[in-house]
Amino acid sequence: MSLTQDEQSPRAEARGGAAAPPAPPRPPAANPKARPRKRKLSWKTAFKRDWQLYTLAIVPLIFFVIFKYGPMLGNVIAFRRFRPGGSIFGDEWVGVRYIEMFINDPSFWHVFTNTVVLGALTMVVCFPLPIVLALLLNEVRQQYFKKLVQSISYLPHFLSIVIIVGMVMQILSLEGTANQIIRAFGAEEIPFLQRAEWFRFIYVGSEVWQTIGWGTILYLAALTSIDDTLYEAAKIDGAGRWRQTWHVTLPGIRPTMVTLLILNIGMFLNVGFEKVFLLYNPLTYETADVISTYLYRVGLVSNNLSYATAIGLFQALIGLVMVLTANLISRRTTGTSLW
Amino acid sequence: MVTDIRTPDLAAVKPRTTQRSRGERVFGAFNATFLVLLCLGMLYPFITVLAQSFSSSGAIKAGQVNFLPVDFNVDTYAIVMSDGIFWRNYGNTVLYTVVGTIIAMVLTTTYAFVLSKPHLKGRKVLIGIAVFTMFFNGGLVPNYVLISALGMKNTMWALVLPGAISVFNLLVMKAFFENLPKELEEAAQIDGLGWYGIFGRIVLPLSKAVIATMVLFYSVAFWNDWFAAFLYLDKSELFPITLYLRNLIAGASTTASEGAAAAGSTTAQVSANIQAVTMILTVIPILTIYPFVQRYFVSGVMLGSVKG
Repeated sequence: MSLTQDEQSPRAEARGGAAAPPAPPRPPAANPKARPRKRKLSWKTAFKRDWQLYTLAIVPLIFFVIFKYGPMLGNVIAFRRFRPGGSIFGDEWVGVRYIEMFINDPSFWHVFTNTVVLGALTMVVCFPLPIVLALLLNEVRQQYFKKLVQSISYLPHFLSIVIIVGMVMQILSLEGTANQIIRAFGAEEIPFLQRAEWFRFIYVGSEVWQTIGWGTILYLAALTSIDDTLYEAAKIDGAGRWRQTWHVTLPGIRPTMVTLLILNIGMFLNVGFEKVFLLYNPLTYETADVISTYLYRVGLVSNNLSYATAIGLFQALIGLVMVLTANLISRRTTGTSLW
Repeated sequence: MVTDIRTPDLAAVKPRTTQRSRGERVFGAFNATFLVLLCLGMLYPFITVLAQSFSSSGAIKAGQVNFLPVDFNVDTYAIVMSDGIFWRNYGNTVLYTVVGTIIAMVLTTTYAFVLSKPHLKGRKVLIGIAVFTMFFNGGLVPNYVLISALGMKNTMWALVLPGAISVFNLLVMKAFFENLPKELEEAAQIDGLGWYGIFGRIVLPLSKAVIATMVLFYSVAFWNDWFAAFLYLDKSELFPITLYLRNLIAGASTTASEGAAAAGSTTAQVSANIQAVTMILTVIPILTIYPFVQRYFVSGVMLGSVKG
């Protein structure tokens, strides 16, 4: 009750205008929970009350400014000539020279296409699989078995990408398991890692191995929160297991699905640089070379820092636009959004 | 993202029905078979690398090693472990992991605590500063230029400082703190405790599960990182073990490969069993702590998913 009155009081004051006598100070509430939050609080009061909180934020803020926003500002060297040893923000403006340079660079468009293809394949394959696995796990009744499957499938998530790639290389090497099977069928062995046409398959396959288990965590959390009475109601309505899954389970995890989809879309162009970098070689550049590996070679190997920064900035901006768009569409259509 | 969680423990979920139809039993059997096969498939790379680590390089070259070691021996372990650089780099990894995790935990817990106070003026801005970096970042080259300009190349700081706050971890922690009972803090405030005291004496002791989870996440991230070292370190005595391993896999020559050559391996490339042993030794710490902390991180992440 008291809350509703408090909500109304500012309106009442507004109607009363300036002539209205100031509302008498509220008596200190016996229950601190019932105390309404003040709408307008001057910085001085806020600081006086919460100075300890603000001081706790100082060091993390310094971290963000230096290590996150510093490089963001450092992107200006995409528009400035950069001299090693000079200012980290470059020496003189050159306008959009570097932007024009990569737009007219056929190898940029080649790696751009590769990135889009690899990103799209990864998303199409790696986004739905954890949902399927989570649904299957949800049907398991023996809890110890379920926990065991979870433990095993989470494991690859905790391995260094170097180990992952090392394992992939062992299995796909000429004497590895994959070629042993091929030989057993009497076929010619395949040097998988030297063949451009195999690269996407290898990349996406190892990505599935790495992410499918860990990807189920949030879905399993969402699944536990579905109200049991919904299932009972569905059963009374004559719904079998499939229809229960379709009409109760999937809608129940939809917010999680949408959220993760938005995040995935934002990461779309950031295809795992490290994995590509460790897996590819000049023989597979044709399909394997992506924007980030290209800009690494152009920027840090060939020392065209400004040019590489321009490419990186372009990539980051596309990512930002895609997240914002996906978020907007999702908020309009499903009501779920990241913020 | 709002995912209401009343039962964070998966085991607590009751089976929906005790009476199962025939179709359900058939499905259950298929499902279990599929999951067992999936687990075997996921474990296979570990098994084969483990088998290789105990096999002779001749047997590996002949393509005989799959599930079990062939020509069982521990010589490869002896060769790898007799390499001084290996231990040096292993020690570096331990050092970077410990220092990095401590810094990361201090920064992340304090900032998450500040962000978890809904009454704080300017809180939205403070959250925005962090969240924005999730979706837009400086990129490879500006980061490289910055680290170089700060004089951090060839120091540990280039590896541990830039990753000190993971925004994802920060949000998980913030959500956890927001879910703590408010009454305790209010009581402490009435008793005259400031925010420092509330943080140190009330909030932290109540947050063991999420702290354990975050320590695991950060230490795994620092343990596994190789790219920062690859970018910023030139001297092999500063390398972490992951970079040592990467150079082995990429075929760069090291003392261990010479040792392998002396031990009878004639290949120019580092033989597969040396690689396998190094991989096993690198993952052992993670595999050892994994079963113990696993129950923490599952509940920790789930609590965090309440509000992302």
